[in-house]
Amino acid sequence: MTMVTSLGPYAAFILAAYAAAIVIIAGLVTWVMLDRRHLIRLIAEIEAQGVTRRSERRHEEK
Amino acid sequence: MTLINLANPSRVLALSARILPWLTAATVLAFAVGGVQAYFAPDDYQQGATVKIMFIHVPAAWLGIFCWMLMSVAALGTLVWRHPLADVAAKAAAPIGAAFTLMCLLTGALWGRPMWGAYWVWDARLTSVLVLFLMYLAVIALWRTIEDPTRAARAAAVFTLVGAINIPIIKFSVDWWNTLHQGASVFRVGGSTIHPSILIPLIAMLAAFTLLFLTLHLAAMRNEILRRRLRTMLTVQAAAAT
Repeated sequence: MTMVTSLGPYAAFILAAYAAAIVIIAGLVTWVMLDRRHLIRLIAEIEAQGVTRRSERRHEEK
Repeated sequence: MTLINLANPSRVLALSARILPWLTAATVLAFAVGGVQAYFAPDDYQQGATVKIMFIHVPAAWLGIFCWMLMSVAALGTLVWRHPLADVAAKAAAPIGAAFTLMCLLTGALWGRPMWGAYWVWDARLTSVLVLFLMYLAVIALWRTIEDPTRAARAAAVFTLVGAINIPIIKFSVDWWNTLHQGASVFRVGGSTIHPSILIPLIAMLAAFTLLFLTLHLAAMRNEILRRRLRTMLTVQAAAAT
């Protein structure tokens, strides 16, 4: 409460701006993390079916 | 071995896995330092406490512009050297640039209402930043519309380089036209016009936001490399099935 009153008459605008920034940053972090989890799961599913990339097959043949 | 050969997706995945935890820690630390400095920064003699909005608005504006410049360099990598990592860097950067440009527009509007009496005016600086945001949406749509990643990368690269003309327009709009938005006050010939008590927290927040951008971009690039691996594996699977 002390922090809000110390921000003066425009506290609502200042807090709304910081809230918007936090929501956008949290959205970006969540997007990156969920996308990674989703891709890793899909790759693991396909690998479980015995599918590998050509470069990996070449590596295994050496 | 040339630098271009060194920059192959597998090496980038391995190297970024080692860098990312350190970059994340540096970002958190930079935000802790910048946040404390911003909290204790004094009010501006004209803006009052709304100057605190500048500690997020200015870094967001900087990153919106920086990201398009980064995409333009990557576009050259796509068109000149046809390097797949340039495509990956450009595609991963676009949503992050769009998000920071949106943050710039929102925080600017929330500063404008108490200071100018309006959330929005069709001022040259504000309008050119809105155009930048729409260009980010267009380039994301382009990536999603064209299925073949190589063709999508070339189309997005051409669009990015044409769109780069908006960057000097944003920068110099306050000099070329009579705008409500203030002129340059941080990076300008003759030094900054901002008092150190506000300039130091602002620079700390600029550093924190830039580290955040680098962390998110590296993580998004890793995801894009994985997405291309998945695509290759699905192609192999489809070929084996026929």
